[in-house]
Amino acid sequence: MSPMMAILSRDLRLASRRPAEALLPVVFFVVAASLFPLGVGPEAATLKQIAPGIVWVCALLSSMLSLNSMYGSDYADGSLEQMLISQLSGIELAAAKGIAHWLMTGVPLLLVSPLLGLLFGLSWESIGLMAFGLLLGTPILSLMGGMGAALTLGLRNSAVLILLIVLPLCIPVLIFGAGAVTAAESGLSPDGHFYLLGAIFLLSALGAPVATAAALRISV
Amino acid sequence: MKKLPRLFTFAAPKSFYRLASITVPWLYGIAAAFAIWGLYVGFFVAPVDATQGNSYRIIFIHVPAAWMSMVLYMAMAGWAAFGWAANARLASMMARAIAPTGAAFTFLALWTGAFWGKPTWGAWWVWDARLTSELILLFLYLGFMALVEAIDDVRRADHAGALLAIVGAVNVPIIYFSVRWWNTLHQGSSISMTAAPKMAHTMLLSMLLMTVAFWAYAFAVVFMRARAVVLERESGADWVRALVAKK
Repeated sequence: MSPMMAILSRDLRLASRRPAEALLPVVFFVVAASLFPLGVGPEAATLKQIAPGIVWVCALLSSMLSLNSMYGSDYADGSLEQMLISQLSGIELAAAKGIAHWLMTGVPLLLVSPLLGLLFGLSWESIGLMAFGLLLGTPILSLMGGMGAALTLGLRNSAVLILLIVLPLCIPVLIFGAGAVTAAESGLSPDGHFYLLGAIFLLSALGAPVATAAALRISV
Repeated sequence: MKKLPRLFTFAAPKSFYRLASITVPWLYGIAAAFAIWGLYVGFFVAPVDATQGNSYRIIFIHVPAAWMSMVLYMAMAGWAAFGWAANARLASMMARAIAPTGAAFTFLALWTGAFWGKPTWGAWWVWDARLTSELILLFLYLGFMALVEAIDDVRRADHAGALLAIVGAVNVPIIYFSVRWWNTLHQGSSISMTAAPKMAHTMLLSMLLMTVAFWAYAFAVVFMRARAVVLERESGADWVRALVAKK
């Protein structure tokens, strides 16, 4: 087993030992999104219009919630330091951690999103587009979030600090992800949004692990 | 024979401290003089705008502030990156000293934009692409400052801030274009700021004078703050002790 796979499977196994904790982001996602109709009002037309934005904002926030623990526990018990001085490169470590985080938070969000789409009265076509957007976009959140988590390792208030650092950088993802569904609803082609989302995904897949590795070297 | 200062002379905190002490009063003087001149031209010489009346005159503060907000972010990221790459202490201190001034100019640009928006657009705030990306720039500044302040270890704080500033600088164009595209998709181009009518000569003059004033002010404040940072970080050095003993 390659070291990258070893870290990936280790993180997944650790998460599976505490299933309730691993499911928290998804529960937050559903609860937060279902608060909006209560605040905005039950008009079907309004809800349908704001649904993509709400789902995306909630996805953004819920994937930020679990970032704190991405490196936090490994840092606290010293295993992160051992990983960094091992033969494994920091970039591989960051990539493996990012993939693990995405599998634990991004994928569940993806699976639950059709349910929210139905709650907000979206058509099946829009739901499909939204899920595809989330498929492209949530890895970006995990990758960028990993950088924020590495920068704020072991700091006071690091949970809030991550939000402040990472959220502004994730704004393009929000715009294109929610924009794809909105464009399709108003009769435009969503392709452009997906292309750009894909481009940002590639850029962050190449750049974020490097930045995260550098951040880990600074912080540890 | 007295040697001329070389390029990196002022990279040493001690000589920078001396340079800053000498230049700061001059910079404040230049800032005040150009601000008075610029505001005089802007408020008394420049003609009344044909469509916007007198309300346009806030442009003389608004536009230079917006320019400064962007330039200072780049300067901050540049110094921070240099400080990280070359392990130059003073460069990192400069980056730290620039951040609050940059945030202040961003806030000023947003605030004056709101004052300008009310009479011309009828709203304090519109989700215009420029306004929105300026707001996001403010968030980036706040994130940088919060991160740097939260880390107690000076070296780690400098390097972490540098990384964040670089990632932010790479992201700024992406954010700007995404916001612009988002804006054109959601909202018709009822308000166009890009197709501004040709400016009168005096208006441009006033704007440029104000820009000089803001540059000088930014230098003065950043030098003041950098001086304080130098003293704080070098408090164990002999020259700082001698300085304190003298006072």
